[in-house]
Amino acid sequence: MSVLAVSSLAKRYHRGGKPFAAVDDVSFDIGPAETLALAGPSGSGKSTIARLVLRLIEPDTGRIDFEGADFLALSCAALRSCRARIQMVFQDPLAAFNPHATVGRVLDDPLRIHNIASRAERPRRIAALLERVGLDAGLAARAIHEISGGQRQRVAIARAIATHPSLIVLDEAVSALDVSVRGQILELLLDLQRQERIAYLFISHDLGVIRAVAHRIVILDSGRIAESGDARAVIANPQSAIGKALVAATPKLIRNRP
Amino acid sequence: MSRLCHFFRTPEAIAGASILALLVVVALAAPLLFSGDSQAIAGPALLPPFQDWSLPLGTDRLGRDVLAELFHGARTSLAVGLAAAAAALLIGSIIGTLAGFAGGLVDEVLMRITDAFQTVPSFLLALAFVSIVGPSLGVVVAAIALGAWTGPARVARAEVLSIRERDYVAGARVLGMHPLEIAFREVLPNVLPSVLALSSVIVAAAILTEAALSFLGLGDPNRVTWGGMIAEGRTVLRTAPFLSVVPGIALVLTVLGVYLAGEGVVESAAARRSLS
Amino acid sequence: MTALLSIRDLGVVYRRDGSEVPALKSVSLDVLAGERLAIIGESGSGKSTLALAVAGLLPTGALVDGTIEWSAGQLQKPRSVTPLSVLPYTAGRPEGGVKDRQPLHFRLIGGRDIGFVFQDPSSSLDPVMPIGKQIAEVARTHLHLTWREAFTRAKILLERVRLPDPDSALHAYPHQLSGGQKQRVAIAAAIAAEPMLLIADEATSALDTIVQAEIVALIRRLVAEDGMTLIFISHDIALAAALADRIAVLRHGELIELGETRQIVNAPRHAYTRALLDAHLGLDAEPLLDRQGASA
Repeated sequence: MSVLAVSSLAKRYHRGGKPFAAVDDVSFDIGPAETLALAGPSGSGKSTIARLVLRLIEPDTGRIDFEGADFLALSCAALRSCRARIQMVFQDPLAAFNPHATVGRVLDDPLRIHNIASRAERPRRIAALLERVGLDAGLAARAIHEISGGQRQRVAIARAIATHPSLIVLDEAVSALDVSVRGQILELLLDLQRQERIAYLFISHDLGVIRAVAHRIVILDSGRIAESGDARAVIANPQSAIGKALVAATPKLIRNRP
Repeated sequence: MSRLCHFFRTPEAIAGASILALLVVVALAAPLLFSGDSQAIAGPALLPPFQDWSLPLGTDRLGRDVLAELFHGARTSLAVGLAAAAAALLIGSIIGTLAGFAGGLVDEVLMRITDAFQTVPSFLLALAFVSIVGPSLGVVVAAIALGAWTGPARVARAEVLSIRERDYVAGARVLGMHPLEIAFREVLPNVLPSVLALSSVIVAAAILTEAALSFLGLGDPNRVTWGGMIAEGRTVLRTAPFLSVVPGIALVLTVLGVYLAGEGVVESAAARRSLS
Repeated sequence: MTALLSIRDLGVVYRRDGSEVPALKSVSLDVLAGERLAIIGESGSGKSTLALAVAGLLPTGALVDGTIEWSAGQLQKPRSVTPLSVLPYTAGRPEGGVKDRQPLHFRLIGGRDIGFVFQDPSSSLDPVMPIGKQIAEVARTHLHLTWREAFTRAKILLERVRLPDPDSALHAYPHQLSGGQKQRVAIAAAIAAEPMLLIADEATSALDTIVQAEIVALIRRLVAEDGMTLIFISHDIALAAALADRIAVLRHGELIELGETRQIVNAPRHAYTRALLDAHLGLDAEPLLDRQGASA
């Protein structure tokens, strides 16, 4: 059974008086411990889909089933408690946290809100979370703006896994990172997926990154699905015009390896 | 520490802070220096300043010590100014945050109430309020705050509208945080700096409003106020102008000090922002 | 090829809240006339500082050490008659202490011999001025044209950067354009005064892959057509390798390696360069998914 099933999702906005479809008749599903990538140029509706799936915005039409239940039917309190199971990591790890927060507070929030640990137990859980994402437990006392970008993204991942979700939406989660840090974060994500069987909705404009971590890919163009399928097969042999353009535009490093 | 260094870099800030510091010292020292009743008769009536060194600023129509009155008046001015401004900022930030964050009908209702308050001149509002409820320190504070909270509310709402679109607010929603907690724990603290930038204007306006109310005889009758002193002196303006001039100068200096210090705070904040 | 400009022992220190943050440490390199030089590095490597130092755009208060020397003899276009000064800011022996250093004074930019393209085109375009006027203003000021000539030139420039419908684009405002179109306009403004050197500082990082490829192709074409020298600042080694003749690798403010693109990509001398190359996730790389699966 799929973790997330999205069918006929649509969202329109008005731009300069004219309605335009940000997301138009999009359907896909994600299985447990699976990574589905959403790719496409900017304005293709990737981020809107992320926000729709998390119900940060409400779709005009369509259906979202999360863990077998109608996700759009959930009302305020039920939705808030369900949020423990579906989490998100943002592109800019600095913007994703309250500028006044400390690492400890950021990780304390999910544990407190979803009653995962008692107040006395929380510091130990926070330390364990930090260690789980490869950070020093002593980092908890530091302010968010004091740590490096890579560390921040690890904290964001720690916050996302604190509530044991079955799905994490990664919205360009590695795009702002240095390449050396990016590799480590991707490996951490894959490791977490294997250990905890988390499914990822992996949004990226970078086909190289998608090919490295995703099982399946959905390529979007102007809010519609242009093509979808096995990530490596689609990237090796794209059928749609936008798929071909994306592959052609990806910088290629031609090395004569010894 | 570096915050203080930045603050004291501009001459305005130094001047403003010195005036305010002097005022605070005066207000705190008043009961120690003039321990008795400041409204008691201390000497002959209408003694001009600098005649008798035990009464350096002379006496008023009833023979009360003007210096003692001035010191005690500083207490009232500062207390009312700060309390009214604090109340206005608090009410304004809460209303503005709620309106901006909730949006929709709540926003509509709260902002129309704000409009209603803004259309009535704030001094008239204070005047009416004090006339109905009766003059006492608390009522004067409430009356002034009633007319001053709309500015902070508008600023807070505008700021919230931009902050609520930021990723970290979306992040808090994704975590399942309660909307009220998001509004008051995540959003409000980040709104405060812009609202607090208004504080100098509001404090200064509150001090002036208090003085005007007292001038019209609507201040707390059991307290000496600068506005009341000016009103008292008005009847003998030709023969003893110093009775109006001395509290007038005190008022001008205080308001000037508040403005300059406020300017210094804003500039030091801007300087720090441009550095980072 | 001969050097257009020689950077010798360039050091830059930023002052922040009383403490000093070194951004560049004794960097020496020559930019050859007519070459495409890529400067790559991760965040905090000092690559943008180097670009700003060459353009004379460092913030006031930055402490600068060393020399940036322009070889006046190498000017293909003796249009700017003002002697392209040898910039004299030596000083600062290391033991001399920071206080002896002079801030960088750079008058060269007045001659408009450098075009600069920033990462965020919105920040370099005036939001309330039509883009045609913005480009024309650059041309008018630096090439001493009349407004009419400058507007004609602006239109040609918009055609050259392949902006759709240049006639109406002249009167458009920045907010009416997409990110890629704004960057094209910023490039048009940067080359409006016929600079010898074009500096693109992460000019494509904020754009999506497809638009990035278009902008890179545009820069390559413009540089070739006008015989400009290009300094291309990027964090992406694959992008740099596709465009540049030579690549300089910076790390923590130091120049780690400098060489022909072919040599840097195929036979890097420095372990850090190799690590950067290995971290690149190309469409031919072995997916991490498999690597992990195999090791698990």
